[in-house]
Amino acid sequence: MMAQATEWLDIAALSDIPQQGARLLRTGAGCVAIFRTHDDRVFALDDRCPHKGGPLSEGIVAGHTITCPLHNWVFDLNSGQAQGADEGAVRSYAARVEGGRVLVSTEMLTRRSAA
Amino acid sequence: MMEKLVVIGAGMASGRMLEHLTDANAPYQITLFNAEPRGNYNRIMLSPVLSGEKTYEDIVTHDADWYQSRGITTRFGEHVTGIDCKRKIVHGQNGAVPYDKLVIATGSAPFMIPVVGRDLPGVIAYRDLDDTNAMIAAAQPGAEAVVIGGGLLGLEAAAGLQMRGMKVTVIHLMGHLMERQLDPSAGYLLQKALEARGIRVHCKGATKAILGETHAEAVLLEDGTVYGADLVVMAVGIRPETRLAVDAHLEVERGITVDDQLRTSDPSVFALGECVEHRQQLFGLVAPLYDQAKVLASTLMGEASAFQPVQTATKLKVTGCDLFSAGDFADGPTREDIVFRDPGRGIYKRLVIEGDRLVGAVMYGDTADGSWFFGLIKDQTDISQMRETLIFGPAFQGGGSVDPMAAVAALPPDAEICGCNGVCKGRIVDAVLGGADTLDKLRATTKASASCGTCTGLVQQVMALTLGGDVAEAAVGMCGCTDLAHEDVRRLIKAKGLKSMPAVMQDCGWTTPDGCAKCRPALNFYLLADWPLDYHDDRQSRFVNERNHANIQKDGTYSVVPRMWGGVTTPAELRAIADAAEKYNVPMVKVTGGQRIDLLGVKKEDLPAMWADLNDAGMVSGHAYAKGLRTVKTCVGSEFCRFGTQDSTGLGIRLEKLLWGSWTPHKVKLGVSGCPRNCAEATCKDVGVVCVDSGYQVSVSGAAGMEVKETELLVTVPTEDEAVEVITAFIQLYRENARYLDRAWKWTARVGLDWVKAQVVDDPDQRRALVARFDLSQSVYRKDPWAEHAKPGARDEFSPLTDLRLEAAE
Repeated sequence: MMAQATEWLDIAALSDIPQQGARLLRTGAGCVAIFRTHDDRVFALDDRCPHKGGPLSEGIVAGHTITCPLHNWVFDLNSGQAQGADEGAVRSYAARVEGGRVLVSTEMLTRRSAA
Repeated sequence: MMEKLVVIGAGMASGRMLEHLTDANAPYQITLFNAEPRGNYNRIMLSPVLSGEKTYEDIVTHDADWYQSRGITTRFGEHVTGIDCKRKIVHGQNGAVPYDKLVIATGSAPFMIPVVGRDLPGVIAYRDLDDTNAMIAAAQPGAEAVVIGGGLLGLEAAAGLQMRGMKVTVIHLMGHLMERQLDPSAGYLLQKALEARGIRVHCKGATKAILGETHAEAVLLEDGTVYGADLVVMAVGIRPETRLAVDAHLEVERGITVDDQLRTSDPSVFALGECVEHRQQLFGLVAPLYDQAKVLASTLMGEASAFQPVQTATKLKVTGCDLFSAGDFADGPTREDIVFRDPGRGIYKRLVIEGDRLVGAVMYGDTADGSWFFGLIKDQTDISQMRETLIFGPAFQGGGSVDPMAAVAALPPDAEICGCNGVCKGRIVDAVLGGADTLDKLRATTKASASCGTCTGLVQQVMALTLGGDVAEAAVGMCGCTDLAHEDVRRLIKAKGLKSMPAVMQDCGWTTPDGCAKCRPALNFYLLADWPLDYHDDRQSRFVNERNHANIQKDGTYSVVPRMWGGVTTPAELRAIADAAEKYNVPMVKVTGGQRIDLLGVKKEDLPAMWADLNDAGMVSGHAYAKGLRTVKTCVGSEFCRFGTQDSTGLGIRLEKLLWGSWTPHKVKLGVSGCPRNCAEATCKDVGVVCVDSGYQVSVSGAAGMEVKETELLVTVPTEDEAVEVITAFIQLYRENARYLDRAWKWTARVGLDWVKAQVVDDPDQRRALVARFDLSQSVYRKDPWAEHAKPGARDEFSPLTDLRLEAAE
């Protein structure tokens, strides 16, 4: 575990993301999907299903899960783990809401080296 | 010489602080400013004053005598114009006062949404006694009031005005009332209760303007709705009143920033109440403000004290609405829900548990245990031992876990289980012993739980008891969120008048907070099909194709298919399609099986601009992605063909222009052939018409996909008008009755073609009623989704939020 404190980046207002929906962030190493759930929490996951590369940001957000629009794989938004009989995981990043703003960990900017 | 203390603002927080100071005979010479021409009163009790249950005199906490006896100099009705921190002077309208210590308690100001007409007479905020009196003066019985804002304050205002005889409408921007305190299920129950009292509630309503010449007359919403309003109350929220602090160059974020001793950035200046921000937190409820008052009084008397915000609970002060919310009830990765719903009695309880602790509770209808749950949250009690029975409250604790089967086992044989069909427990037991070991078999033999379905759980328990726990689970539920089948849910939506997603989930006892990817698209369709005027389409419950109005491809690009009515196009349309294909670098242009042109491989962010270009050439969405009307395939018919018997092209165009835009349980494809040679392949479509000399053969329920199936004849009619009427009625019957994702052939196999014929062929009244309902629905849905989403303001959601590639490079 790294002891270093998370650095946060303010990317948007919470209201820019529809409830039970998602928007995209472009980064140097591909797109990251920012999800907003029914209870106004936010999650950040790579926008790429490990199955066939489907854009997770276009899936249906229900509870704290996302269903891939291409072949209905379901992922836990918090851990990025596939649910049910499917096996696989999507990389997730720290994200939170503060004062109506969406903050994400700056980790995703440098992830190419980590990956 | 006594130190001079000046206090700005005589609200509840500063009032409590002054009580503490003067009770302890603190050695201060106190001057109190208040912009209102009166002292401290209990603002929480303004709603009973508004409703007429109390008067101002009842809610005064500090009268003139009180201030006099405590030696406080009052400067009421006087605005403070400025603070000079360097020279330690407060400037009032009637002169300056020096201070040694200053307390700012300016409270909060109502937030006025910046719409046209907000300055008209008759538009009032709801904050203080003057506002309340203005509302009382305006509240003529029978007159109309619109309250903008469905939070705590707005609903209290609405209830008060309604009790004074006004016709009240509440407009709320969010999807459900009091979204900060309640989840959607509890919000729905609250809305139902308010509506039962005669208050109209309009959620997802954005105010566009307040209309009126010399006085407010009506409120116009963004969606075009207009509500008459002799009085408009704005209760959309409050913001800390920080103007004096800002002018004095004190540190201000959203509120005046204070430390744990309520000290501002100037060591001689303190602040408390709704105007402060403490560790990024603002305060609106009275309990933490009273804590602040105590801490600040101690600080001013030189005692060590520190403010620590505590959990707060909310109860709604509207008579008849039993509502409670405490702690944090948001879902979380490490959190689990316990949900209890009793649809019959309108009860909803949700507990949120993290580890062994209760962290949040929302309750509606029965809040008797609220304070007990609140205690568990505040004290962080370990609840692992009582978890199974926690939701039943303190009365059920300590006696070991309750066997949920015990109550059912104790029922006598003549106890009625299924109220709809009058089936008692004894008959179910007999049927099960006679071999009905699944729910389906039992329903077939006894009809128990076969109607409204609400007793299904009970029926299953009786079966389990009888069989010794080995019930063959009949997987009838539409998804993991409910045991009710699609048909049951559709029936309940109609029978109980359920018009929103939270309404269905509550009244049908959903086991998840907001459904899943299986049930949400189905519910969205059922609701819009049954309540076209009341329900608003929920984009977030749509599959990607219907949300983005284009067909997603394997690489995440989209295909765009403009409508070609009846497969007929023009050189101008073809030119516009060619231009769009080149402008947006479309990698493939393909002719579809449905007689139109598919542009494949379009990037999502290009969709709105491309649609706008196609719209400019007069084309609309072909809905090639939709569970809705796709194409009407035609042959050239009598206009050109030497065999053609009727104008099949014209009929195809007429049908497509009538039916387009309508949402259906699954896709709907039509074909119209001009003679029995059937060049339009009409006999493998959902609806096919084959023209003959004597008229039109209308056949239905064909398929040419995974299943290949020839259509079956519905009826032969002599005129085109009759053909159109019977087809429209058939599609509406399909929309009203089929399971989501059942093609027409699957649905007619379930219900039987004879039943369909009885509705749309044999019964002319029923046929016309179906057509009328279809027309009503089309008055809402026959519109081009491309035009809507290509509007400049609607395009943003098709592009990324932010591009971080530049920042990464830095």
